[in-house]
Amino acid sequence: MESYFTFVSSVLGFEPTSLLGFVGAIAVWAVPITAFVSVVGLVSIWLERKISAHIQCRVGPMEVGPHGALQTLADGIKLLGKEDLVPAQADRILFGLAPMLVFASTFVGFAVIPFSQKAVIADLNLGIFFLAAVGSLEAIGVVMAGWSSNNKWSLFGAIRAATQVVSYEIPLGLSLLAVVVVAGSMSLNDITQAQSGWVWNWFLFRNPFMWAVFLIYFIASLAECKRAPFDLPEAESELVSGFHTEYSGMRFAIFFLAEYGAMYIVSAIAVVLFFGGWYTGIPFLDHISGSIGGTTGVVVENLIGAGTIIVKSFLLICVQMWIRWTLPRIRLDQMMDLCLKYLLPFSLVLLVAVSLWQAFQGPIDGGNSVMGMIMLAATVASLIWMRRLAGRVSKASALRRELPVVKTGL
Amino acid sequence: MEPSVLVSLLIVLGLAAAIPVVMVILGRAFGPKRPTEVKYSVYECGLEPPVDARRRFTVKFYEVAVLFVVFDVEVAFLFPWALLFKKSSGFLFFGEMIVFLGILGVGLFYVIKRGALEWE
Repeated sequence: MESYFTFVSSVLGFEPTSLLGFVGAIAVWAVPITAFVSVVGLVSIWLERKISAHIQCRVGPMEVGPHGALQTLADGIKLLGKEDLVPAQADRILFGLAPMLVFASTFVGFAVIPFSQKAVIADLNLGIFFLAAVGSLEAIGVVMAGWSSNNKWSLFGAIRAATQVVSYEIPLGLSLLAVVVVAGSMSLNDITQAQSGWVWNWFLFRNPFMWAVFLIYFIASLAECKRAPFDLPEAESELVSGFHTEYSGMRFAIFFLAEYGAMYIVSAIAVVLFFGGWYTGIPFLDHISGSIGGTTGVVVENLIGAGTIIVKSFLLICVQMWIRWTLPRIRLDQMMDLCLKYLLPFSLVLLVAVSLWQAFQGPIDGGNSVMGMIMLAATVASLIWMRRLAGRVSKASALRRELPVVKTGL
Repeated sequence: MEPSVLVSLLIVLGLAAAIPVVMVILGRAFGPKRPTEVKYSVYECGLEPPVDARRRFTVKFYEVAVLFVVFDVEVAFLFPWALLFKKSSGFLFFGEMIVFLGILGVGLFYVIKRGALEWE
Protein backbone atom coordinates (compact mmCIF):
# COMPACT_ATOMS: atom_id res chain seq x y z
CA MET A 1 0.00 0.00 0.00
CA GLU A 2 1.16 3.48 -0.84
CA SER A 3 2.13 5.39 2.28
CA TYR A 4 1.40 9.01 3.08
CA PHE A 5 5.08 9.73 2.44
CA THR A 6 5.13 8.48 -1.14
CA PHE A 7 1.61 9.71 -1.81
CA VAL A 8 2.24 13.34 -0.83
CA SER A 9 5.64 13.26 -2.49
CA SER A 10 4.12 12.11 -5.75
CA VAL A 11 1.32 14.69 -5.62
CA LEU A 12 3.75 17.54 -4.89
CA GLY A 13 6.43 16.23 -7.23
CA PHE A 14 9.14 15.52 -4.66
CA GLU A 15 11.73 12.86 -5.38
CA PRO A 16 11.68 10.93 -2.07
CA THR A 17 15.24 9.67 -2.53
CA SER A 18 17.01 13.02 -2.84
CA LEU A 19 18.02 15.14 0.12
CA LEU A 20 15.75 18.00 -0.97
CA GLY A 21 12.91 15.53 -1.24
CA PHE A 22 13.62 14.27 2.27
CA VAL A 23 13.62 17.79 3.73
CA GLY A 24 10.46 18.53 1.75
CA ALA A 25 8.81 15.42 3.09
CA ILE A 26 9.70 16.37 6.66
CA ALA A 27 8.08 19.76 6.05
CA VAL A 28 5.08 18.00 4.54
CA TRP A 29 4.69 15.98 7.75
CA ALA A 30 5.81 18.42 10.34
CA VAL A 31 3.85 21.51 9.35
CA PRO A 32 0.37 19.92 9.09
CA ILE A 33 0.70 17.85 12.27
CA THR A 34 1.92 20.82 14.31
CA ALA A 35 -0.75 23.07 12.84
CA PHE A 36 -3.38 20.42 13.45
CA VAL A 37 -2.46 19.96 17.12
CA SER A 38 -2.57 23.72 17.69
CA VAL A 39 -5.88 24.09 15.86
CA VAL A 40 -7.37 21.19 17.85
CA GLY A 41 -6.24 22.92 21.04
CA LEU A 42 -7.60 26.31 20.02
CA VAL A 43 -10.93 24.98 18.75
CA SER A 44 -11.60 22.66 21.67
CA ILE A 45 -10.77 25.27 24.31
CA TRP A 46 -13.16 27.68 22.53
CA LEU A 47 -15.77 24.91 22.27
CA GLU A 48 -15.39 24.13 25.97
CA ARG A 49 -16.02 27.74 26.94
CA LYS A 50 -18.96 28.07 24.56
CA ILE A 51 -20.57 24.79 25.61
CA SER A 52 -20.10 25.45 29.32
CA ALA A 53 -21.53 28.94 28.82
CA HIS A 54 -24.62 27.74 26.96
CA ILE A 55 -25.22 24.94 29.48
CA GLN A 56 -25.13 27.58 32.23
CA CYS A 57 -27.39 30.02 30.30
CA ARG A 58 -24.53 32.37 29.42
CA VAL A 59 -23.10 33.24 26.00
CA GLY A 60 -19.39 32.79 26.72
CA PRO A 61 -16.60 34.72 24.97
CA MET A 62 -18.02 37.08 22.32
CA GLU A 63 -15.51 39.89 21.81
CA VAL A 64 -12.43 38.50 20.00
CA GLY A 65 -13.38 37.31 16.53
CA PRO A 66 -16.78 35.99 15.43
CA HIS A 67 -18.48 34.54 18.53
CA GLY A 68 -15.18 34.77 20.38
CA ALA A 69 -13.51 32.20 18.14
CA LEU A 70 -10.11 33.90 18.43
CA GLN A 71 -10.32 34.26 22.23
CA THR A 72 -8.02 31.27 22.77
CA LEU A 73 -5.41 32.77 20.44
CA ALA A 74 -5.53 36.02 22.42
CA ASP A 75 -5.14 34.05 25.65
CA GLY A 76 -2.17 32.20 24.19
CA ILE A 77 -0.49 35.51 23.28
CA LYS A 78 -1.20 36.74 26.79
CA LEU A 79 0.47 33.62 28.25
CA LEU A 80 3.48 34.33 26.01
CA GLY A 81 3.93 37.63 27.82
CA LYS A 82 3.84 36.10 31.31
CA GLU A 83 6.86 35.58 33.51
CA ASP A 84 8.29 32.06 33.47
CA LEU A 85 8.38 31.17 37.17
CA VAL A 86 10.31 28.31 38.71
CA PRO A 87 9.74 28.20 42.48
CA ALA A 88 12.90 28.49 44.56
CA GLN A 89 12.44 25.11 46.27
CA ALA A 90 11.54 23.26 43.09
CA ASP A 91 13.68 20.62 41.46
CA ARG A 92 14.58 22.65 38.38
CA ILE A 93 15.42 19.77 36.01
CA LEU A 94 12.31 17.71 36.70
CA PHE A 95 10.18 20.86 36.79
CA GLY A 96 11.31 21.74 33.27
CA LEU A 97 11.11 18.20 31.96
CA ALA A 98 7.59 17.42 33.20
CA PRO A 99 5.52 19.55 30.76
CA MET A 100 7.64 18.30 27.89
CA LEU A 101 7.00 14.66 28.77
CA VAL A 102 3.27 15.29 29.13
CA PHE A 103 3.17 17.13 25.80
CA ALA A 104 5.30 14.54 23.99
CA SER A 105 3.16 11.62 25.15
CA THR A 106 0.10 13.31 23.65
CA PHE A 107 1.77 14.62 20.51
CA VAL A 108 3.30 11.28 19.48
CA GLY A 109 -0.19 9.77 19.56
CA PHE A 110 -1.17 11.99 16.63
CA ALA A 111 1.39 10.15 14.48
CA VAL A 112 -0.56 6.90 14.39
CA ILE A 113 -4.13 8.23 14.22
CA PRO A 114 -5.25 7.75 10.61
CA PHE A 115 -7.03 10.68 8.96
CA SER A 116 -7.82 8.64 5.89
CA GLN A 117 -6.51 5.48 4.33
CA LYS A 118 -3.34 7.26 3.18
CA ALA A 119 -3.08 10.28 5.46
CA VAL A 120 -1.48 8.58 8.44
CA ILE A 121 2.04 9.54 9.39
CA ALA A 122 3.13 6.18 10.75
CA ASP A 123 0.83 3.25 9.99
CA LEU A 124 2.19 0.99 12.73
CA ASN A 125 0.91 -2.57 12.78
CA LEU A 126 1.00 -2.25 16.60
CA GLY A 127 -1.02 0.98 16.53
CA ILE A 128 -3.30 0.34 19.52
CA PHE A 129 -0.48 -1.02 21.63
CA PHE A 130 1.66 1.99 20.78
CA LEU A 131 -1.13 4.38 21.77
CA ALA A 132 -1.67 2.58 25.08
CA ALA A 133 2.07 2.69 25.76
CA VAL A 134 2.69 6.37 25.01
CA GLY A 135 -0.58 7.32 26.67
CA SER A 136 0.58 5.95 30.00
CA LEU A 137 3.82 7.96 29.81
CA GLU A 138 1.70 10.98 30.64
CA ALA A 139 1.28 9.71 34.22
CA ILE A 140 5.05 9.87 34.72
CA GLY A 141 5.12 13.47 33.50
CA VAL A 142 2.29 14.40 35.85
CA VAL A 143 4.02 12.78 38.84
CA MET A 144 7.24 14.57 37.90
CA ALA A 145 5.38 17.90 37.79
CA GLY A 146 3.75 17.34 41.16
CA TRP A 147 6.85 16.04 42.91
CA SER A 148 9.27 18.64 41.57
CA SER A 149 7.01 21.59 42.47
CA ASN A 150 7.58 20.94 46.18
CA ASN A 151 4.07 22.08 46.93
CA LYS A 152 1.63 19.90 48.81
CA TRP A 153 -1.28 20.73 46.48
CA SER A 154 0.82 19.71 43.51
CA LEU A 155 1.93 16.51 45.20
CA PHE A 156 -1.61 15.52 46.17
CA GLY A 157 -2.78 16.26 42.65
CA ALA A 158 0.03 14.19 41.18
CA ILE A 159 -0.65 11.20 43.45
CA ARG A 160 -4.34 11.32 42.62
CA ALA A 161 -3.58 11.65 38.92
CA ALA A 162 -1.20 8.70 38.97
CA THR A 163 -3.66 6.50 40.89
CA GLN A 164 -6.50 7.41 38.59
CA VAL A 165 -4.62 7.07 35.32
CA VAL A 166 -3.02 3.74 36.16
CA SER A 167 -6.18 2.16 37.52
CA TYR A 168 -8.39 3.25 34.63
CA GLU A 169 -5.76 1.98 32.23
CA ILE A 170 -6.86 -1.59 33.04
CA PRO A 171 -10.53 -1.33 31.91
CA LEU A 172 -9.30 0.81 29.01
CA GLY A 173 -6.84 -1.88 27.96
CA LEU A 174 -9.43 -4.63 28.35
CA SER A 175 -11.91 -2.78 26.12
CA LEU A 176 -9.16 -2.27 23.53
CA LEU A 177 -8.54 -6.03 23.73
CA ALA A 178 -12.19 -6.75 22.97
CA VAL A 179 -11.90 -4.71 19.77
CA VAL A 180 -8.66 -6.46 18.83
CA VAL A 181 -10.43 -9.82 19.26
CA VAL A 182 -13.17 -8.70 16.87
CA ALA A 183 -10.82 -7.09 14.34
CA GLY A 184 -7.93 -9.54 14.51
CA SER A 185 -5.46 -6.71 14.04
CA MET A 186 -3.83 -3.95 16.07
CA SER A 187 -3.22 -1.61 13.14
CA LEU A 188 -5.66 1.29 13.24
CA ASN A 189 -5.77 1.20 9.44
CA ASP A 190 -6.79 -2.47 9.31
CA ILE A 191 -9.34 -1.99 12.08
CA THR A 192 -10.98 0.85 10.14
CA GLN A 193 -10.99 -1.10 6.90
CA ALA A 194 -12.78 -3.96 8.65
CA GLN A 195 -15.67 -1.48 9.15
CA SER A 196 -16.09 -0.32 5.55
CA GLY A 197 -19.48 -0.28 3.87
CA TRP A 198 -22.76 0.77 5.40
CA VAL A 199 -23.20 2.21 8.88
CA TRP A 200 -24.15 -1.15 10.37
CA ASN A 201 -20.69 -2.54 9.60
CA TRP A 202 -19.21 -0.31 12.30
CA PHE A 203 -17.80 -2.26 15.24
CA LEU A 204 -20.31 -0.59 17.54
CA PHE A 205 -23.00 -2.76 15.95
CA ARG A 206 -20.86 -5.85 15.30
CA ASN A 207 -22.15 -7.85 18.26
CA PRO A 208 -24.48 -7.25 21.21
CA PHE A 209 -21.63 -6.43 23.64
CA MET A 210 -19.85 -3.69 21.72
CA TRP A 211 -22.02 -0.88 23.10
CA ALA A 212 -21.03 -1.87 26.63
CA VAL A 213 -17.38 -2.13 25.57
CA PHE A 214 -17.62 1.36 24.09
CA LEU A 215 -19.19 2.77 27.25
CA ILE A 216 -16.41 1.29 29.41
CA TYR A 217 -13.82 2.68 27.01
CA PHE A 218 -15.47 6.09 27.10
CA ILE A 219 -15.70 6.24 30.91
CA ALA A 220 -12.10 5.08 31.26
CA SER A 221 -10.93 7.60 28.66
CA LEU A 222 -12.66 10.40 30.58
CA ALA A 223 -10.60 9.35 33.61
CA GLU A 224 -7.43 9.08 31.53
CA CYS A 225 -7.92 12.66 30.33
CA LYS A 226 -8.67 13.75 33.91
CA ARG A 227 -12.01 15.17 32.74
CA ALA A 228 -14.95 15.74 35.04
CA PRO A 229 -16.47 13.81 36.77
CA PHE A 230 -12.95 12.41 37.19
CA ASP A 231 -11.12 15.73 37.52
CA LEU A 232 -9.89 14.99 41.05
CA PRO A 233 -6.23 15.69 40.18
CA GLU A 234 -7.17 19.27 39.28
CA ALA A 235 -10.03 19.75 41.72
CA GLU A 236 -10.00 23.55 41.96
CA SER A 237 -11.94 23.72 45.20
CA GLU A 238 -9.58 21.35 47.02
CA LEU A 239 -6.15 21.48 45.40
CA VAL A 240 -5.88 25.01 43.89
CA SER A 241 -5.02 23.63 40.47
CA GLY A 242 -3.51 20.23 41.23
CA PHE A 243 -0.23 19.16 39.75
CA HIS A 244 0.29 22.30 37.67
CA THR A 245 -0.33 24.80 40.50
CA GLU A 246 3.23 26.16 40.34
CA TYR A 247 3.39 26.44 36.56
CA SER A 248 2.98 29.75 34.79
CA GLY A 249 3.26 31.25 31.32
CA MET A 250 4.25 28.98 28.48
CA ARG A 251 4.85 25.91 30.65
CA PHE A 252 1.23 26.11 31.80
CA ALA A 253 0.18 26.54 28.15
CA ILE A 254 2.00 23.31 27.28
CA PHE A 255 0.03 21.40 29.94
CA PHE A 256 -3.19 22.94 28.69
CA LEU A 257 -2.48 22.11 25.05
CA ALA A 258 -1.52 18.55 25.97
CA GLU A 259 -4.74 18.12 27.94
CA TYR A 260 -6.94 19.16 25.03
CA GLY A 261 -4.78 17.19 22.60
CA ALA A 262 -5.33 14.09 24.73
CA MET A 263 -9.09 14.64 24.50
CA TYR A 264 -8.84 14.55 20.72
CA ILE A 265 -6.62 11.45 20.82
CA VAL A 266 -8.99 9.40 22.97
CA SER A 267 -11.98 10.52 20.89
CA ALA A 268 -10.22 9.67 17.64
CA ILE A 269 -9.30 6.23 19.00
CA ALA A 270 -12.95 5.69 19.96
CA VAL A 271 -14.01 6.76 16.45
CA VAL A 272 -11.52 4.38 14.84
CA LEU A 273 -12.39 1.45 17.10
CA PHE A 274 -16.17 1.78 17.23
CA PHE A 275 -17.49 4.39 14.79
CA GLY A 276 -15.88 3.36 11.51
CA GLY A 277 -12.92 5.76 11.50
CA TRP A 278 -12.79 7.78 8.30
CA TYR A 279 -15.73 5.94 6.70
CA THR A 280 -18.90 7.98 6.33
CA GLY A 281 -21.06 4.87 6.47
CA ILE A 282 -22.25 5.44 2.89
CA PRO A 283 -20.27 3.21 0.47
CA PHE A 284 -20.69 5.61 -2.47
CA LEU A 285 -18.95 8.49 -0.63
CA ASP A 286 -16.19 6.25 0.72
CA HIS A 287 -15.18 5.03 -2.73
CA ILE A 288 -15.74 8.25 -4.64
CA SER A 289 -12.35 7.90 -6.36
CA GLY A 290 -14.01 5.17 -8.45
CA SER A 291 -16.50 7.62 -9.95
CA ILE A 292 -14.27 10.72 -10.21
CA GLY A 293 -11.05 9.00 -11.16
CA GLY A 294 -7.46 10.14 -11.36
CA THR A 295 -5.49 12.02 -8.70
CA THR A 296 -8.46 14.37 -8.09
CA GLY A 297 -10.61 11.41 -7.09
CA VAL A 298 -7.99 10.09 -4.67
CA VAL A 299 -7.51 13.54 -3.12
CA VAL A 300 -11.28 14.12 -2.77
CA GLU A 301 -11.73 10.65 -1.23
CA ASN A 302 -8.99 11.30 1.31
CA LEU A 303 -10.35 14.77 2.11
CA ILE A 304 -13.82 13.33 2.74
CA GLY A 305 -12.22 10.70 4.99
CA ALA A 306 -10.21 13.24 6.98
CA GLY A 307 -13.26 15.51 7.35
CA THR A 308 -15.36 12.58 8.53
CA ILE A 309 -12.99 11.38 11.25
CA ILE A 310 -12.37 14.94 12.49
CA VAL A 311 -16.10 15.72 12.67
CA LYS A 312 -16.82 12.43 14.46
CA SER A 313 -14.01 13.03 16.94
CA PHE A 314 -15.21 16.54 17.69
CA LEU A 315 -18.73 15.23 18.26
CA LEU A 316 -17.29 12.89 20.90
CA ILE A 317 -15.29 15.78 22.39
CA CYS A 318 -18.58 17.69 22.66
CA VAL A 319 -20.06 14.73 24.56
CA GLN A 320 -17.06 14.82 26.92
CA MET A 321 -17.70 18.52 27.53
CA TRP A 322 -21.43 17.98 27.97
CA ILE A 323 -20.65 15.39 30.67
CA ARG A 324 -18.13 17.70 32.33
CA TRP A 325 -20.63 20.52 32.70
CA THR A 326 -23.49 18.24 33.74
CA LEU A 327 -22.10 15.87 36.36
CA PRO A 328 -20.57 16.78 39.73
CA ARG A 329 -17.06 15.64 40.62
CA ILE A 330 -16.92 12.28 42.44
CA ARG A 331 -14.85 11.51 45.54
CA LEU A 332 -11.56 9.64 45.49
CA ASP A 333 -12.97 6.48 47.08
CA GLN A 334 -15.93 6.49 44.67
CA MET A 335 -13.51 6.88 41.79
CA MET A 336 -11.46 3.87 42.89
CA ASP A 337 -14.57 1.81 43.65
CA LEU A 338 -16.04 2.51 40.23
CA CYS A 339 -12.86 1.40 38.52
CA LEU A 340 -11.71 -1.64 40.49
CA LYS A 341 -15.02 -3.02 41.76
CA TYR A 342 -17.30 -2.35 38.79
CA LEU A 343 -15.52 -1.48 35.56
CA LEU A 344 -12.69 -4.01 35.94
CA PRO A 345 -14.82 -7.15 36.59
CA PHE A 346 -17.40 -5.96 34.07
CA SER A 347 -14.82 -5.46 31.34
CA LEU A 348 -13.30 -8.89 32.08
CA VAL A 349 -16.75 -10.44 31.62
CA LEU A 350 -17.26 -8.44 28.44
CA LEU A 351 -13.94 -9.61 27.02
CA VAL A 352 -14.97 -13.22 27.66
CA ALA A 353 -18.40 -12.58 26.11
CA VAL A 354 -16.97 -10.92 23.01
CA SER A 355 -14.42 -13.66 22.43
CA LEU A 356 -17.05 -16.35 23.02
CA TRP A 357 -19.27 -14.69 20.41
CA GLN A 358 -16.32 -14.54 18.05
CA ALA A 359 -15.46 -18.20 18.69
CA PHE A 360 -19.04 -19.28 17.90
CA GLN A 361 -18.99 -17.23 14.76
CA GLY A 362 -15.68 -18.78 13.69
CA PRO A 363 -13.32 -17.32 11.15
CA ILE A 364 -16.17 -16.75 8.66
CA ASP A 365 -17.47 -13.18 8.77
CA GLY A 366 -20.95 -14.08 7.50
CA GLY A 367 -24.01 -12.57 9.16
CA ASN A 368 -22.21 -9.41 10.25
CA SER A 369 -24.50 -7.14 8.25
CA VAL A 370 -27.68 -8.76 9.59
CA MET A 371 -26.38 -8.53 13.18
CA GLY A 372 -25.30 -4.95 12.50
CA MET A 373 -28.74 -3.96 11.19
CA ILE A 374 -30.45 -5.51 14.23
CA MET A 375 -28.05 -3.70 16.58
CA LEU A 376 -28.45 -0.40 14.71
CA ALA A 377 -32.24 -0.68 14.96
CA ALA A 378 -31.98 -1.52 18.67
CA THR A 379 -29.67 1.46 19.21
CA VAL A 380 -32.02 3.87 17.44
CA ALA A 381 -35.00 2.49 19.36
CA SER A 382 -33.29 2.83 22.73
CA LEU A 383 -32.11 6.36 21.88
CA ILE A 384 -35.71 7.38 21.06
CA TRP A 385 -36.88 5.77 24.30
CA MET A 386 -34.21 7.62 26.31
CA ARG A 387 -35.18 10.89 24.61
CA ARG A 388 -38.80 10.36 25.69
CA LEU A 389 -37.66 9.61 29.23
CA ALA A 390 -35.48 12.72 29.28
CA GLY A 391 -38.39 14.78 27.94
CA ARG A 392 -40.58 13.67 30.81
CA VAL A 393 -37.87 14.52 33.34
CA SER A 394 -37.14 17.92 31.86
CA LYS A 395 -40.83 18.85 31.81
CA ALA A 396 -40.67 18.61 35.58
CA SER A 397 -37.83 21.09 35.67
CA ALA A 398 -39.24 23.42 33.04
CA LEU A 399 -38.77 26.27 35.46
CA ARG A 400 -35.06 26.28 34.70
CA ARG A 401 -35.64 27.18 31.05
CA GLU A 402 -37.47 30.36 31.98
CA LEU A 403 -34.33 31.86 33.53
CA PRO A 404 -33.17 34.94 31.64
CA VAL A 405 -30.01 34.66 29.52
CA VAL A 406 -27.32 36.80 31.10
CA LYS A 407 -24.74 38.23 28.74
CA THR A 408 -21.26 37.92 30.21
CA GLY A 409 -17.84 37.53 28.69
CA LEU A 410 -16.72 34.72 31.05
CA MET B 1 6.28 -2.33 7.82
CA GLU B 2 8.43 -0.15 5.61
CA PRO B 3 11.39 1.71 7.12
CA SER B 4 9.82 5.07 6.23
CA VAL B 5 7.22 4.40 8.95
CA LEU B 6 9.90 4.29 11.61
CA VAL B 7 11.65 7.33 10.13
CA SER B 8 8.43 9.33 10.22
CA LEU B 9 7.79 8.19 13.80
CA LEU B 10 11.26 9.41 14.73
CA ILE B 11 10.53 12.76 13.08
CA VAL B 12 7.34 13.11 15.12
CA LEU B 13 9.25 12.17 18.28
CA GLY B 14 11.79 14.89 17.47
CA LEU B 15 8.98 17.39 16.91
CA ALA B 16 7.35 16.37 20.19
CA ALA B 17 10.60 17.20 21.99
CA ALA B 18 11.25 20.39 20.00
CA ILE B 19 7.85 22.11 20.24
CA PRO B 20 7.75 22.48 24.06
CA VAL B 21 11.39 23.64 24.07
CA VAL B 22 10.59 26.32 21.47
CA MET B 23 7.48 27.34 23.44
CA VAL B 24 9.46 27.72 26.68
CA ILE B 25 12.22 29.68 24.91
CA LEU B 26 9.61 31.99 23.34
CA GLY B 27 8.01 32.46 26.74
CA ARG B 28 11.37 33.35 28.27
CA ALA B 29 12.10 35.76 25.42
CA PHE B 30 8.79 37.65 25.58
CA GLY B 31 7.97 37.39 29.26
CA PRO B 32 9.23 39.83 31.89
CA LYS B 33 11.88 38.81 34.41
CA ARG B 34 11.24 40.64 37.67
CA PRO B 35 12.04 38.20 40.48
CA THR B 36 10.92 38.91 44.01
CA GLU B 37 11.27 36.63 46.98
CA VAL B 38 7.52 36.27 47.46
CA LYS B 39 6.97 35.39 43.83
CA TYR B 40 9.36 32.47 44.02
CA SER B 41 7.94 31.07 47.25
CA VAL B 42 5.58 28.08 47.40
CA TYR B 43 1.94 28.78 46.52
CA GLU B 44 0.52 28.69 50.04
CA CYS B 45 -1.58 31.88 50.25
CA GLY B 46 1.33 33.91 51.58
CA LEU B 47 2.09 31.66 54.53
CA GLU B 48 5.43 30.00 55.03
CA PRO B 49 4.78 26.24 54.57
CA PRO B 50 5.28 24.64 58.02
CA VAL B 51 6.58 21.33 56.64
CA ASP B 52 8.28 20.14 53.50
CA ALA B 53 5.80 19.02 50.84
CA ARG B 54 7.69 15.80 50.13
CA ARG B 55 6.28 13.72 52.90
CA ARG B 56 4.80 10.28 53.28
CA PHE B 57 1.36 9.55 51.89
CA THR B 58 -1.17 6.83 52.60
CA VAL B 59 -0.30 3.23 51.81
CA LYS B 60 -3.55 2.85 49.84
CA PHE B 61 -1.87 4.38 46.82
CA TYR B 62 0.81 1.69 46.90
CA GLU B 63 -1.86 -1.02 46.93
CA VAL B 64 -3.36 0.48 43.81
CA ALA B 65 0.09 0.51 42.23
CA VAL B 66 0.60 -3.20 42.97
CA LEU B 67 -2.86 -4.03 41.58
CA PHE B 68 -2.02 -2.00 38.50
CA VAL B 69 1.19 -3.94 37.89
CA VAL B 70 -0.67 -7.26 38.16
CA PHE B 71 -3.54 -6.36 35.87
CA ASP B 72 -1.67 -4.25 33.36
CA VAL B 73 0.86 -7.02 32.80
CA GLU B 74 -2.14 -9.29 32.31
CA VAL B 75 -3.52 -6.95 29.64
CA ALA B 76 -0.10 -6.79 27.99
CA PHE B 77 0.05 -10.61 27.93
CA LEU B 78 -3.43 -10.81 26.42
CA PHE B 79 -2.64 -8.57 23.44
CA PRO B 80 -0.88 -11.30 21.39
CA TRP B 81 -3.69 -13.69 22.30
CA ALA B 82 -6.33 -11.21 21.12
CA LEU B 83 -4.40 -10.58 17.91
CA LEU B 84 -4.35 -14.26 17.00
CA PHE B 85 -7.87 -15.09 18.19
CA LYS B 86 -9.60 -14.60 14.83
CA LYS B 87 -7.12 -16.80 13.00
CA SER B 88 -7.20 -19.51 15.68
CA SER B 89 -9.31 -22.64 16.00
CA GLY B 90 -11.65 -20.92 18.42
CA PHE B 91 -12.68 -22.84 21.51
CA LEU B 92 -9.35 -24.36 22.59
CA PHE B 93 -7.77 -20.93 22.28
CA PHE B 94 -10.71 -19.47 24.20
CA GLY B 95 -10.31 -22.06 26.96
CA GLU B 96 -6.65 -21.22 27.47
CA MET B 97 -7.57 -17.59 28.01
CA ILE B 98 -10.36 -18.53 30.43
CA VAL B 99 -7.86 -20.39 32.65
CA PHE B 100 -5.58 -17.33 32.67
CA LEU B 101 -8.40 -14.86 33.28
CA GLY B 102 -9.98 -17.18 35.84
CA ILE B 103 -6.88 -17.18 38.06
CA LEU B 104 -6.76 -13.37 37.93
CA GLY B 105 -10.49 -13.14 38.50
CA VAL B 106 -10.17 -15.23 41.67
CA GLY B 107 -7.36 -12.92 42.75
CA LEU B 108 -9.49 -9.86 42.16
CA PHE B 109 -12.38 -11.44 44.07
CA TYR B 110 -10.02 -12.16 47.00
CA VAL B 111 -8.69 -8.60 46.99
CA ILE B 112 -12.22 -7.16 47.05
CA LYS B 113 -13.39 -9.57 49.77
CA ARG B 114 -10.36 -8.86 51.97
CA GLY B 115 -11.31 -5.18 51.84
CA ALA B 116 -8.03 -4.05 50.30
CA LEU B 117 -9.95 -1.59 48.16
CA GLU B 118 -11.89 0.04 50.99
CA TRP B 119 -11.07 3.71 51.47
CA GLU B 120 -12.50 4.02 55.02
